[in-house]
Amino acid sequence: MIESHGTWYRRGLRDGVPIGLGYLAVSFTLGIAAKVSGMGAGDATLMSLLNNTSAGEFAALGIIAAGAPYLEMAFTQLVINLRYLLMSCALSQKIAPETPIWQRLMMGYTVTDEIFAISAAVPGRLDPFYCLGAISVAAPGWALGTCLGVLLGNALPGRIVSALSVALYGMFLAVILPPARKSKVIAGVVAASMIASALFTYLPVLSGLSSGTRIIILTVLIAGAAAILFPIPEENDHAA
Amino acid sequence: MQPNVYVYIAVMALVTYLIRVLPLTLIRRQIQNRTIRSFLFYMPYATLAVMTFPAILSATGTPWSALVGLIVAAAMAWRGCSLFTVASVACVAVFAAECVLL
Repeated sequence: MIESHGTWYRRGLRDGVPIGLGYLAVSFTLGIAAKVSGMGAGDATLMSLLNNTSAGEFAALGIIAAGAPYLEMAFTQLVINLRYLLMSCALSQKIAPETPIWQRLMMGYTVTDEIFAISAAVPGRLDPFYCLGAISVAAPGWALGTCLGVLLGNALPGRIVSALSVALYGMFLAVILPPARKSKVIAGVVAASMIASALFTYLPVLSGLSSGTRIIILTVLIAGAAAILFPIPEENDHAA
Repeated sequence: MQPNVYVYIAVMALVTYLIRVLPLTLIRRQIQNRTIRSFLFYMPYATLAVMTFPAILSATGTPWSALVGLIVAAAMAWRGCSLFTVASVACVAVFAAECVLL
């Protein structure tokens, strides 16, 4: 059964709508922070359009305001966004090996936490056009929210922002819980990850780590342990 | 030399794009190593779980409304509801909880 790129693109658009709405709300805060740090609406929107990354852009605001060296900007982004490298590795195995290079280059722009989540949830092979569909709604939402945040400040009522922020986390749960229900190992991975993440967030010393570092360390440890203890069957090609 | 905001934006965009695009373009074949394939199979569950909890608890006006959202979303997701349903119902639940709590 071969589906056209158009079908995949439209499916991505549909699944990208809640992501775009969530981004619109969450990026208001980024816009407000950008304004406080002295950035104009145009510059902040450009930054959001080109980066699509929450933690990385928040960190960038401080670096730009401080007039820190460019190398520091590069290094900070590398550390904060390193999780995308792992996500991209996983996605490289989910697309067809014969996927042309230009589609891979375009897909690189679409790797955000949320689009990775919905892409990982696609059964079997993933078509890059699904990710392109999702980013076509998500990126404008992110950029528009940033722009409005600079121009209008906190225009959205707090309850709406709260509700839409949780919607993004709800998506993560919708991706990880159904497979966890079917597989005890996945359930164990999810439970261990959440407990460890809570420990790393609240315990002294460990809580000093940035969220990006925490995500990388725990992913490597927990997914690594699961891979060694419970390797997937040889046949199980791309069941993720 | 005065630092330029566009150079900053270009540097961060380049670094972030390279992180995202390099594995997708360099790993063109199906990985055969069973341990690596297993790692990449489990990786999304670990990453997404780490990102969700406990961060979700500080995503709203009060941890209590976030807890309501977390429980509702987890229950819906566990029952296999679609992404869109889980996201929308969690959204409504948090909104309603904040109307009552705040």
